[in-house]
Amino acid sequence: MSENAYANPGIRLRATHHHVDREDEVNLGFWVFLMSDAILFGTVFATYAIMVGATAGGPGPKQLFDIKSVVIQTAALLLSSFTYGMASLSLKHRNGHGRLIAWLVVTLLLALVFLGFEVHDFLAMFAAGGGPDRSGFTSAFFGLVPLHGLHVTTGCIWMVALIVQMARYGIDEDVMLGLQRLGLFWHFLDIVWIAIFSIVYLGGLA
Amino acid sequence: MSLTHFIFGRLSLHSLPFWAMIQHPTVGNIVNGGIATTAAGLVVIGAVMTVGLITRFGRWRYLWTEWLTSVDHKRIGIMYIVLAFVMLARALIEAVLMRGQQAFGLGGGFLSPDHFGQLFSTHGTIMIFFMAMPFLTGLINIVMPMQIGTRDVSFPVMNSISLGLTVAGAMIVMVSLVVGQFSTGGWSGYPPYTELAFQPGVGPDYWIWAVSLSSLGTMMSGINFAVTIYRRRCPGMTLMRMPLFTWTALCTSILMIFAMPPLTVATLMLALDRYLGFHFFTDAAGGNMMNYANLFWLFGHPEVYILILPAFGVYSEVIPAFSGKVVYGYVSLVLATMAIALASFGVWLHHFFTMGQSAAVNASFGVATMMIGIPTGVKIYDWLLTMYRGRIRFTVPMIYSLGFMMLFVIGGLSGIILANPSIDYQVHNTLFLVAHFHNMLIPGLLFGMLAGYHFWFPKAFGFRLDERWGRISALCWIFGFMFAFFPLYALGLLGFPRRTVAYFDPIYVPYMMVALFGALIILAAFTSLVIQLVVSVIRREEYRVPAGDPWDAGSLEWSVAAPAPEYNFPVLPEVTARHAFMVAKENGTAYRRPERFADIEVPKSSPMGAILCVTGGLAAFGLVWHIWWLVAIAMLASIAAIIAHGFSRDYERVIPAAEVRKDTMRWLNAVAELRPASRDHEAESVNMGFAEHERVRELAE
Repeated sequence: MSENAYANPGIRLRATHHHVDREDEVNLGFWVFLMSDAILFGTVFATYAIMVGATAGGPGPKQLFDIKSVVIQTAALLLSSFTYGMASLSLKHRNGHGRLIAWLVVTLLLALVFLGFEVHDFLAMFAAGGGPDRSGFTSAFFGLVPLHGLHVTTGCIWMVALIVQMARYGIDEDVMLGLQRLGLFWHFLDIVWIAIFSIVYLGGLA
Repeated sequence: MSLTHFIFGRLSLHSLPFWAMIQHPTVGNIVNGGIATTAAGLVVIGAVMTVGLITRFGRWRYLWTEWLTSVDHKRIGIMYIVLAFVMLARALIEAVLMRGQQAFGLGGGFLSPDHFGQLFSTHGTIMIFFMAMPFLTGLINIVMPMQIGTRDVSFPVMNSISLGLTVAGAMIVMVSLVVGQFSTGGWSGYPPYTELAFQPGVGPDYWIWAVSLSSLGTMMSGINFAVTIYRRRCPGMTLMRMPLFTWTALCTSILMIFAMPPLTVATLMLALDRYLGFHFFTDAAGGNMMNYANLFWLFGHPEVYILILPAFGVYSEVIPAFSGKVVYGYVSLVLATMAIALASFGVWLHHFFTMGQSAAVNASFGVATMMIGIPTGVKIYDWLLTMYRGRIRFTVPMIYSLGFMMLFVIGGLSGIILANPSIDYQVHNTLFLVAHFHNMLIPGLLFGMLAGYHFWFPKAFGFRLDERWGRISALCWIFGFMFAFFPLYALGLLGFPRRTVAYFDPIYVPYMMVALFGALIILAAFTSLVIQLVVSVIRREEYRVPAGDPWDAGSLEWSVAAPAPEYNFPVLPEVTARHAFMVAKENGTAYRRPERFADIEVPKSSPMGAILCVTGGLAAFGLVWHIWWLVAIAMLASIAAIIAHGFSRDYERVIPAAEVRKDTMRWLNAVAELRPASRDHEAESVNMGFAEHERVRELAE
C-alpha cells in the first residue's frame, strides 16, 4: 500500500506516516493552546468592554492614558514581530547561528523597550490616582493590559532560554521547534496588542 | 510586620480545628469542633499511615520510579482514578453529614451554619473538580490511546504535569480540613459574598487556588487529548471509524480547551479583588458581580457536558458489548455528541434566569436549553435500539447502564421543566434544583464512570472485579440515589431553599428522613465498592484474564494482553473498518503472530509532574496564608523546573524488538492454550479473557 492510502481526514498537513511526525504534532498542540489563550484574552476583553464606564467618579481613559508612550510601545512591539520574522527566515535558510541570534537579541531589546514604556505608563497611572484599586474601570484595565505584558515577559524568558539552549546544543530539532512555537506566540501577542491598542487606547481616547 | 507574621503569615493556633472548642467549650463548639477535629485527624492519620506503610515496606523507590515519575498514559490514568476515589470518600461522608443535619434540622440540628456552609462548599468543589474530573480524565487517559491504536498521548510529560496540578489542588482542599476553614460560598463561589468584605478569612482563598490549579491541569489535558486524537490515530483509523468513547473524549477535550479559560479568568479576578484590592466583582467602586456569574457559567455550563459526554461514551461501549451487538446508529451518536458539545456554549444564562435580564433573553436561552434535550434523546433511543433483540447480559456495567437510562430520563425531564424561565422563577435556589443536578450527575456521570471502571479494570490490572459485590454496590447506588434525591424534588416544590442549615416547619421532616435513609444506602454502596476491590485483589488469581478480551468487545484496546503492555501494541495496528477487533474476530485474524517486530520507543519517565505538584501546592498554600517567602520560592522553583526541562534532550527509551517479541509470543502462546469462554460463564474463573466469539449480525450489513 502506498503512503497515501493511510492519509487520514482531519487536520493534517501531509499524509500520515507510520512514524508520527513530531513537528506537526508539537506545532498543532501549540496552535490549540493559542486558541485557548485567545479565549482567555477574549473574556478579559469582554470584561473591559463592560467595565470601561465604571469609573466610580475616578479618572477615566482621557485622564490616564499617554498616547505618545503607547505609540512608542506599539511601534516597538510591531517592529519586534518583524525582527522575529527575520529570525525565522534565518532559521529557515540556515544562515548560521550569528544572524539568527542577532535578530533574536534585537527582538528581545525591542520587547524590553515595550515593557519599559509600559511599566512607566503604569507607574504614571498610579501617580495620577488611577491604580487598580480605584474603580471598576482601572481594575479592568489592570486586568487586561498587564496580562499581555506578562505574556510578553514570559516570551522574553523563553527567548533567553532558547538562546542559551542554542549555545549549548546548536540548532537542533528541539531548538527549531522551540523557535517555531515562540514565533507563533510572539505574533499572537502582536495581534492581541493591536486589539488592546484599538479598543483600550484608541477607543478610550476617541 | 513581626517576624512571626513574616514566617507564618496568617497561620496561628487559631487555625487548628479544635482551638475554638478548647477556648470556648460550648456544646455547639464541641460538636462542630469534634466533627472537624475527627475529619482533620482522619486526614492526618491517613497521610501518616500511607507514608508509614510505604516506608515500612521500602516502596519509596518503586513508587517514585514506577508511578510518580511515570509518563505512561495508563499509569497516569490509574493515579487519576485513585485520586477520584479518595476524594469521593471524603465528599460522600460530607454529604451524609449534611443529610443528617437536615434530617434533624427542625429548629436547629447539630451543625453550625458556618460548618454547614463549609460542608456544602467542599462537597460541591470536590465532587466536580476532584472526583468527577479526575475520574473521567483518568478513564480517557487509560482507554483513548489504546482505542485509536497508539502508544501514548502526544505530550506525555505534560500529561503528568496535568495530573500533578490536579493532585496539588485536591491536596489544598484536604489541607483546609486540618488548618483553617474552607469557603462557605458554595462550589460556584459567587461574589460579592466571597469577597474580602464578607469572608476576610482564608476560606475563599483555599477555594480559589484549588480550583485554579485544577483548571490549569484540565486545560492542558484537553489540549493533550485533542492533539492525540487528531494526530496519533493508527493507519486506517479515520474519524468516523473511531470508537464512540474516543469521540466523546474528543468533544470533551474541545470543551476543556474552550471552557476552562473563563473559569481561570473568573477565579484569578476574584483573587485580584481579594489580594490587591481590585474592583472586578465588589459591590462598590464600579465592581460588576454579574460579570462573575457570566464568566463562571460560561465555563460552568460546558463543564456539565465535559462531565457527561465521557459517561455517554462509556454507555456507548458498554451497552453494545453486553447486548452482543454493535452499537445502533453510530453516525447519529457522533452527530448528537457534536451537537451537544456545540450547544453547550449557548445556554449558560439558564443558571441565572432570575438575575434580571429581559424576558426575551430568558426565553431564548430557555428554548436553547430545551433543544439540548433533542440530541440527548437521540442517544437514549440509540442505546435502547442497541439493546433491542440483543442477547443482554446483566453484568455490573450493564446494571449501571440500565439504571442510568431510567433515572437520567427523569432528571432530563426535570431539566426541561427548569429550562422554562417562568417555572424557574418558582423553584430556583430550592432543593428542586439540587435534586435535578444530582439526578443528572449521579445516574449520568457517576454511573457511567463506575460502569467504565468495571469495564476497563481488567485491561488496566489483568483481573476482573468481583461480580457479586459489584452488583450489590450498583443496586445500592441506584436505590440509594432514588431514596436520597426523589424526596428533594418534593421538598423543592414545597419551597425548601437549597444550602439551608435549619428550618422551623415540621412538614419537611418526613422527606428529610427518607433522604437521609437514601444517603446511608449510598454510603453502603461506596463501602461495597471498597469491599469489592479488596475481595477482587485477594482473589485475583481466580479472576485473571491474561488473554485480554473478557467481554467479547469490539475496539482495539481488547486486542492486546491484560494488563496491557507498556507500549500497548507490539506492532501498531492497521484498521479497515469500525469495531476493528470485532471484525478481526469475525474474520479469524485476531491474535495473529506479527510477522516482524521492531524496536519501540517509549517516553522516558520525568519528575516534572511531581515537581510541579509540590511547587504548585506550596505556592497555593503560601498564597492562602500570605506566607510570601514561600510563594516566591515555590514560584521560582516552578519556573526554574520548566526552563530546566526545556534543556533535556533525552526523552525516549527504546524497548528492544527481542523483548517485545518475547512478551508477545508468551502472551500469544498462552492464548493458544486457552479454551474460549462462552458468554454464559462470563463472570466465572473459566473466563480468562479469551472470548468465544458470537457472530454479530449487524457487522455484515
